[in-house]
Amino acid sequence: MPVKTRQGAALERKKFFADPVMVITIALLTVLLALFILYPLAMLLLDSVYVRETKLVLVTDVLAGTADTEIKDGTIQVLNKKGETAKFAVDDLNAAWGYLFAKNGRVLKEGDAIDPANCYVKVQKNQLTLDAFPRIFADYTFNNAFFNTLKLGMITSFGSVIIGLLFAYVDCYVNVRSRTVKKMFDVVSTLPVVSPPFVLSLSMILLFGRGGLITRELLHIYDSNVYGLWGIAIVQTLTFFPVCYMMLKGLLKNIDPSMEEAARNMGAGRMKVFTTVTLPLMLPGLGNAFLVTFIESVADFANPMMIGGSYDTLATTIYLRITGGSYDTNGAAAMAVVLLCITLLLFLIQKYYLEAKTAATLTGKASRARALIDDKSVRVPLTTICSVISAFVIMMYIAIPFGALFKLWGRDYSLSLKWFNQLFRDDGFKAFTDSFMLSLIASPITALLSMIISYLVVKKKFRGKAFIEFVSMLAMAVPGTVLGVGYIRGFAGGVFRTGFMQGIYGTGIILVIVFVVRSLPVGTRSGISALRQIDKSIEESAYDLGAGSAKVFTTVTLPLIKDSFLSGLVTTFVRSITAISAVILLVTPRYLLITCRINEFAEKGAYGVACAYATILILITYAAIVLMNWVIAHFGTSKAVRLKED
Amino acid sequence: MAQKEKKGVRLEHISKIYNDPKTGKEFYAVNDVTLSIEPGSFVTLLGPSGCGKTTTLRMIAGFESPDAGEIYLGDEAINALTPNKRDTAMVFQSYALFPHYNVYDNVAYGLKLRKVPKKEMDERIARILDLVELTGMETRMTNQLSGGQQQRVALARAMVVEPSVLLFDEPLSNLDAKLRVSMRTEIRRIQQTLGITAVYVTHDQAEAMAISDNIIIMNKGVIAQMGSPEEIYHHPKSEFVADFIGEVNFLTGELVGRDGGKCTVRISGHDVTVDNPDGFDVGKTCKLVLRPEAGILADEGALPCRVVLSCFMGAYQNYHVMVGDTLVKLADYCPVGRKVYRVGDTAYLSFREGCVHML
Ligand SMILES: Nc1ncnc2c1ncn2[C@@H]1O[C@H](COP(=O)(O)OP(=O)(O)OP(=O)(O)O)[C@@H](O)[C@H]1O
Ligand SMILES: [Mg+2]
Repeated sequence: MPVKTRQGAALERKKFFADPVMVITIALLTVLLALFILYPLAMLLLDSVYVRETKLVLVTDVLAGTADTEIKDGTIQVLNKKGETAKFAVDDLNAAWGYLFAKNGRVLKEGDAIDPANCYVKVQKNQLTLDAFPRIFADYTFNNAFFNTLKLGMITSFGSVIIGLLFAYVDCYVNVRSRTVKKMFDVVSTLPVVSPPFVLSLSMILLFGRGGLITRELLHIYDSNVYGLWGIAIVQTLTFFPVCYMMLKGLLKNIDPSMEEAARNMGAGRMKVFTTVTLPLMLPGLGNAFLVTFIESVADFANPMMIGGSYDTLATTIYLRITGGSYDTNGAAAMAVVLLCITLLLFLIQKYYLEAKTAATLTGKASRARALIDDKSVRVPLTTICSVISAFVIMMYIAIPFGALFKLWGRDYSLSLKWFNQLFRDDGFKAFTDSFMLSLIASPITALLSMIISYLVVKKKFRGKAFIEFVSMLAMAVPGTVLGVGYIRGFAGGVFRTGFMQGIYGTGIILVIVFVVRSLPVGTRSGISALRQIDKSIEESAYDLGAGSAKVFTTVTLPLIKDSFLSGLVTTFVRSITAISAVILLVTPRYLLITCRINEFAEKGAYGVACAYATILILITYAAIVLMNWVIAHFGTSKAVRLKED
Repeated sequence: MAQKEKKGVRLEHISKIYNDPKTGKEFYAVNDVTLSIEPGSFVTLLGPSGCGKTTTLRMIAGFESPDAGEIYLGDEAINALTPNKRDTAMVFQSYALFPHYNVYDNVAYGLKLRKVPKKEMDERIARILDLVELTGMETRMTNQLSGGQQQRVALARAMVVEPSVLLFDEPLSNLDAKLRVSMRTEIRRIQQTLGITAVYVTHDQAEAMAISDNIIIMNKGVIAQMGSPEEIYHHPKSEFVADFIGEVNFLTGELVGRDGGKCTVRISGHDVTVDNPDGFDVGKTCKLVLRPEAGILADEGALPCRVVLSCFMGAYQNYHVMVGDTLVKLADYCPVGRKVYRVGDTAYLSFREGCVHML
């Protein structure tokens, strides 16, 4: 019997609307995501193609209609010196006192003679044009920054993937005997999580710069220059390779050892197995890691800012354009759009192509444990390289507290608390409270939002789900600088320059919002993967027993992904308190942020105070992580739940 | 348990269309199903994998919405109600216990949602835990329970809210064979004690036979047959049903004559007499459905056959015989004292009175 009308969809809709809490939540989420992620980006895009030009036109030309101006109903809109507009009838322009200019832009005074052939009015023209793009590409600074950014991204990602692969390989394949080395691996993989992004730049300068402890004191090189491409590349590589390491480790763990054993059985040497079996299997994964690092590198603002010297990247160039008082909003917006396009393109490739491919080649779990390589000729050199790199990274982190404790780096290496004293005598305390409070506010909001989004995305069917999922992930691909510029353009004059919500601009609220937006993708991703593990029927049975969506979420879903929620809390806190790229554009003197202060002091060459700030910052983030682990261990998802998942 | 009015379930012309995930083409997972479940009865949906049992059950629970038709709980049309507003409770194959709650809190979940006063709640939980024999385990976490105990918690959690209808989706398939048998008796016992209407999905025919008042056999989204276990076993309406339930042999023949209550069927050139069925015309080909235990081997009878397999199974002697070129499987229960045929022997096959059914 053919069914003429399918009532299923209509019924689903009816059921959907029977749950007002969920409907309102979804509507709110959609509005929030659109307003705080899509809208600022859209404004940027608009700014880059929308030119609002003011120019002086000769009054005779206006009267003759040959001036390139808009005449509507016989009137023309003109501007005075202050930018205020007024309308005048075209044939009565002579009466437009206060709106008439001499050729040089001087306002004509009442006594001046009015000669239509010799006086001008200021008119405004709005137009959509792609002119800005060729213009910025012809601009040397931009062009330079563009290729600098790509070059840097290439070097950093290559370096990070190779070092990350090395670490992952040693971790998964080699029998590392020394416990210290293993411990070092752990430390190295967690350090970038707890540290502010530019810490390595700081210590790079301290250790290898002109007054560097190693270059100057140990090697007696007096003209070493760490500023520039290689400085940034090294620092970025050391910052980002642990991420590659963790990603690739996950992949290697999933390779079934029997595949490699089969190859070895057929007579392939170890190197041959690696190049013919392991590597090809990992290729999409490597590409994935490469792109993720590339995006991070391109989006990175703090390191190029601190150690870049004259090597400008897109992120720093845009920042300088915006803060440097140039009024080329159109050009700055176009640059931000270019940067956004780069990261967005890479993000789309990574997310929709490589991630699927990675999942396809490496499905399932390793069937059993791998026999670790114990061969000395492999074990010793690989372990040594990794240990040296780890030791190097750890040393760089250790340099920071010492930078704060030495009286005067490069001159006087006696210990003192003077920099800490100065910090607190200064407005250091306010910076810490401000940063701390704002991050503390952002973190529960983000954690809860990301859990709600994950719940909706994984467990619910509704229209607009793809939108919510995509937009909340999109923020991952948006460089902080771009987001910052977008917020300036989007909210400085209120939403759509109407003044609506203008109040939030320049306040702590907008900083909190930026924190939330920047951490949302991370929390959402963790929530989604946690929820995918949970049998759908657990929630269904709660639903079936009479609980509405909100009740199911609070009594069943949230308790089951408590760990993810807690780690979302801390991740957001840490990311927020260490964030700089977006907020540096939005922060006003009313709030002091630690990261911005560090940047200021480092720029001034006041490394002692910068290090003091950084040291305390690292301690705070570290404490937050320790606290989180403790809380998860004691109050996290009960052991009962975890056992069940095994 | 407080007695409330029992309600039955009615499905009227229910269809559900899905898109095939591979080809994207639409197909009927459930196609024009009409059925009525009496209040207080235990009905099983039985059928091969993918025939739409779970889909039907989930439509009753409200997780899926039918693309056509109407579902009634008692006299109320419930199509537009969400699962939490329906007076049904489901027991899942995976039990779906809340791992972060202990046994007591799991069972209490539905009662708390219904804002049952604490005292009454305690009483009801105590009673239901007693019924499922879990008294004393209230504070255990669910992972500290055996599979059978978890199953009983799931059962208690669903029943304590006193739903009008209990729904089961293969609740026993995660248990080992022995436990499955004892649990199904338990479920039946509890259902009868409480008198709750139950809809039970399984693909295990023995389970269905043992537990149900009525069985609904489904195939490819449609109902193949509905009836009591006996009816379905002895009077299958189609080859599919006959084949699906128990062992079966099909003998093809030609209806050559009828005589009052009896008729004659010619099989491989030999005439046999069977009960007269309705709706068959003389001269037409027909199929005889022969259960293994309904055939008798003897030294004389209607159908000559050759024994190709004979083996002792304990409770019965198992024979494979060739009737013409059709293989027929037979089970001779309690063969003690009767002649046991060997491979190669020739014997005659006859049918037990009233045990052969014609299609
Ligand atoms: N969400 C869905 N989307 C598309 N097709 C589905 C969906 N759910 C079920 N199906 C299909 O509908 C058909 C019926 O599925 P259903 O789960 O009802 O089968 P079942 O009888 O319960 O089988 P089993 O005994 O294996 O559990 C199957 O072909 C199945 O693949
Ligand atoms: Mg099923």
